[in-house]
Amino acid sequence: MQAPRLSKSSDTRFSSGSLCAAVIAMIVALLVALLATGTARAEGLVISLSNHQVMITSNFTGSQVTLFGAVQRDEQTIARTTGYDVAVVVRGPRFNEVTIRRKERLGPIWINRTQETFEDVPRYLAILSSRPLDDLTSEIMRDRLRLGLDPRIAMQMPPEEADALQEAQQDPDYAEALVRLRMQDGQYFEIGRGVTFITPMIFRAAIPLPAGAPPGNYEVETLLFADGVLLARDITNFELVKTGFEQRVAEWAETRAAAYGFITVFLAMFFGWLASVIFRRD
Amino acid sequence: MQIYLPIAEMSVSVFVLLGLGAAVGFISGLFGIGGGFLMTPLLIFIGIPPAIAVASQMAQIVASSTTSGLAAFRRKALDLKLASLLTVGGLVGTGLGIWFFAAARAAGQLDIVIVVSYVTLFSVVGGLMLIESVKEYWSSRKGTVRSRRRAGEHPAYLGLPLRMRFHRSQLYASVIPLLGVAFFVGFAGAVLGIGGGFIMVPALLYLFRVPTSMVVGTSQFQILWASTAALLLHAIANQAVDAVLAFILIIGGVFGAQFGARASRHLRADLFRFLLALLILGVGLRFAIELVLRPTELFSIANGG
Repeated sequence: MQAPRLSKSSDTRFSSGSLCAAVIAMIVALLVALLATGTARAEGLVISLSNHQVMITSNFTGSQVTLFGAVQRDEQTIARTTGYDVAVVVRGPRFNEVTIRRKERLGPIWINRTQETFEDVPRYLAILSSRPLDDLTSEIMRDRLRLGLDPRIAMQMPPEEADALQEAQQDPDYAEALVRLRMQDGQYFEIGRGVTFITPMIFRAAIPLPAGAPPGNYEVETLLFADGVLLARDITNFELVKTGFEQRVAEWAETRAAAYGFITVFLAMFFGWLASVIFRRD
Repeated sequence: MQIYLPIAEMSVSVFVLLGLGAAVGFISGLFGIGGGFLMTPLLIFIGIPPAIAVASQMAQIVASSTTSGLAAFRRKALDLKLASLLTVGGLVGTGLGIWFFAAARAAGQLDIVIVVSYVTLFSVVGGLMLIESVKEYWSSRKGTVRSRRRAGEHPAYLGLPLRMRFHRSQLYASVIPLLGVAFFVGFAGAVLGIGGGFIMVPALLYLFRVPTSMVVGTSQFQILWASTAALLLHAIANQAVDAVLAFILIIGGVFGAQFGARASRHLRADLFRFLLALLILGVGLRFAIELVLRPTELFSIANGG
């Protein structure tokens, strides 16, 4: 009763490849346009994160990474009549494989009957922007930049595959459900005014990491817009890591599973025995 | 106060976990059952991934059954001979149950197997016990004392070959039905991820007429070994045991289990059986309702690791 599996593993590199190709194409187009207009140069971005390593300690209840950015321009940069806009996309570590199941009615009962599996989906996805995304740039641009919580975009599906999905009349409900469920868990979110300009050239954004944020590498992509046109982009990273006791427990559980199991059993029995001694009445 | 669980990779309130441990420990000590069938759904409810919830609460069952087992041993409320026999049958059942679990998962039918067996098992066991309790209550009101067992009168299955004498339990029975029940408990426990005490206790009470005072200790002894095997297996095969989660549950559980065990000594035998029946039937009905009502969210994320 399994629905056809939707495998995307083989397209991972292709996906980032096509992304790169799109970026290069855009940059080339931009350069050509600039050359045509003269010697004017586009803006640059300087980005700095408050920390590149966020520690998970035993009392970790979520954290925050602050991003600072500055728009770089010089005398040759053309004057802008409107202000700048910034969008920050943070993609957390990925699910190797995630299965979405759907309950269906079978006689009088509801049970999980169909499922689809997606691969290489971020477990955390945050989109912060200086203005709501709809106002910031056109839908075509958002699509191309994979900017937004639209399932197809969130899953980093290359456009060709997304089209194929539609042609094959695959049920898009599963992808939508994945995004919806991650939003409910607080791991996917969009903050329409999450980026604030301190001066017209300098901005900051607080990237929230909820308590359930998965440990691993987080990719932070900053996009600079003016008038709905992409001017510059920058990619940086930070890491969310377990430390000390938490790290050792997780490591042992994985690398020395048998010893970990026996120690757990021993300690459980020890505590049980201790309790029977403490509470002994006779 | 929040604490980070390194395997579950999430923060949970320490007090919520201590409270859960204490509440389930109390019930576990009171009825001589593992309590896994209560703890697992509760942990999943507070957001712990199911595999980690099932595996980690096994450690609490190991601890609480150690305590209860030792306490019963000191009170001489434990039939070691009967318990050892049940343990052997149970471990064979667990092995086969794990094989069946894998086979059902490979066939893609695991969900329906689990859900339907939960509802059936809990409703049938709980319902039968409740009927028995009510009957007992009526006959005691009418004044007709139903002797629990008359001399020379035994169900036929106790008279099968290979009979063995269990002095403590006032039982002289064939090992075949005993091993059969233990096997079934181990099998169902492995498939459903529970200790199986809630099947073992009524089986000893009703099928074998073991005295109530012996049932709890004997069942706890069998649960101790079944849960130890399960905990090891979960740690080695699935790496799903969260030690931090397990130990907070244990600390809450040992206190709860103590009070539960003490309360059970003051509980009248008929009331004990009536309450246990209500508890088991209640859990069965809860699963049944969940199965029949249209869920508000049809989709769920599985193996989100």
